[in-house]
Amino acid sequence: MAEEARLVGSSYGAENAEMVRQPVLSPDFDFLYKVEASGPFNASHCFQCRKCTNGCPVSFAMDIFPDRIIRLAILGQTAEVLNSRTIWICASCETCSTRCPNGVRIAELMDYFKELAVEAGIRPALPAVAVFYRTFLDNLKLTGRVFEAGLLPTYWVRSRQVVSMFKSGEMRKNVEQAVKLFMKKRLSALPGAVRGRGEIRSILRSSRPHGRSQ
Amino acid sequence: MMKATYYPGCSLEGVARDYADSIKCVCALMDVELQEIPDWNCCGATAAHSINRRASIELPRRNLRLARTLGNPDMLVPCPLCFNRLKTAVHDLELRNPCSEPPQGLEFPKIWDLAAFFATDEKLEKIASRVQKRLEGLSVVSYYGCMASRPPYITGAPDYENPLSLDKIVKTLGATPIDWPYKTDCCGASLIVSMPGAGLKMVEKLLDMARRFGAEAVVVSCQMCQGNLDMYQDRIEADTGKHYGLPIIYFTELIGLAWRLAEAGGWLSRHFIDPVPLLLRKGLMAGRG
Ligand code: SF4
Ligand code: SF4
Repeated sequence: MAEEARLVGSSYGAENAEMVRQPVLSPDFDFLYKVEASGPFNASHCFQCRKCTNGCPVSFAMDIFPDRIIRLAILGQTAEVLNSRTIWICASCETCSTRCPNGVRIAELMDYFKELAVEAGIRPALPAVAVFYRTFLDNLKLTGRVFEAGLLPTYWVRSRQVVSMFKSGEMRKNVEQAVKLFMKKRLSALPGAVRGRGEIRSILRSSRPHGRSQ
Repeated sequence: MMKATYYPGCSLEGVARDYADSIKCVCALMDVELQEIPDWNCCGATAAHSINRRASIELPRRNLRLARTLGNPDMLVPCPLCFNRLKTAVHDLELRNPCSEPPQGLEFPKIWDLAAFFATDEKLEKIASRVQKRLEGLSVVSYYGCMASRPPYITGAPDYENPLSLDKIVKTLGATPIDWPYKTDCCGASLIVSMPGAGLKMVEKLLDMARRFGAEAVVVSCQMCQGNLDMYQDRIEADTGKHYGLPIIYFTELIGLAWRLAEAGGWLSRHFIDPVPLLLRKGLMAGRG
């Protein structure tokens, strides 16, 4: 926290007075230019009002609050941003982007940063979330639609949670839930297939995931 | 009979089959003929827009192209996330071709969030005209979640901080809509799977508030919200020692109840928190259908 405050020149808390006297980093705006060129995200319009953070329903589980993520991005602190838990735990609820007085697309930036992190080969701070998203998209490649009965088991295996879930009793709860869904005819044992699934596969195979679509 | 293009989305074929069945039944009685988009595919959901932005536009765009072949002016989308992704794909096209009007006959249909479609004056009148048993004495909170409202530059929702579509429907049916502060607060969506600690906490917060405002049930239009609040409620109760017992009811099911449709019992029987005891107690249901 103290380290972060030193970097961003934060005005929160008691560390402030000390911070003012510190030589603040020289910002590297190249990252901001890159971000803005991939937008429109309007990151540079941020004036640090914290409205985004104040309305964020997941701030309790974040390591760096959304307003600080934006500030760090502006200052070119890519490592802090791309290694944060925040970009992965963001629930994409769009409250921040909706309320920002300056039209900063915070939620969209969170997505963009996730893609950059993946592209840069950075180990996600919350691997489970990344594995879930990847499993979901791989699941789509099968048939072009979500095959629900296959999604969670594949995710548990890939995120290496099976053993710990058995130990903690989580697996029993999940299996019970699945059985209930099945009994209530809410879980199909077979996926429904889309005829154009070749097309879906080629969309998902795109080599440049965050390239702007044509 | 009005024809409308219909994009059910993946969950309505599986986990949210109760929602799907109630929609089909209620739409037929509202003289809306649903024409499903031929060979539609998944919209990519949160996974695509989180780590593959290109796919998150291309996947819904394929659906839009297919939707165009049906030639209906309106397209109904029950899942708010699908709705949001489809609208985003349209928005993306407009951003890149700001001036060009689509050639005649190639326009995309108007994309409707299903609850907003049902809450137009004309549709509300139709709903009211079929009510057999007003749901008097039933107090509910309407829970809209995120994606039908936000962000407004995508959804086009005029009342994104205080949506009223579900409240209007609830009122039309004779039930009491309670005003509460968490109408559009996030349920955590897929975090309940990937980060259950955070996801369950978000659901708990919603259930707490619903109870605090005296809700006997929560009315929803999103199958993701429904699933998170319904399927995980007993787990949250077990973890926290709190008691909720709050049925999470789709607005289309509520319409079916007020219309006294025999099918309604079947839809409700697929829930985890059984709404039937509450409805029987209130004299709003004749017995299991
Ligand atoms: S709401 Fe907008 S301007 Fe305010 S801190 Fe957040 S991003 Fe910056
Ligand atoms: S989109 Fe993400 S960062 Fe923004 S308010 Fe929602 S959870 Fe917080």
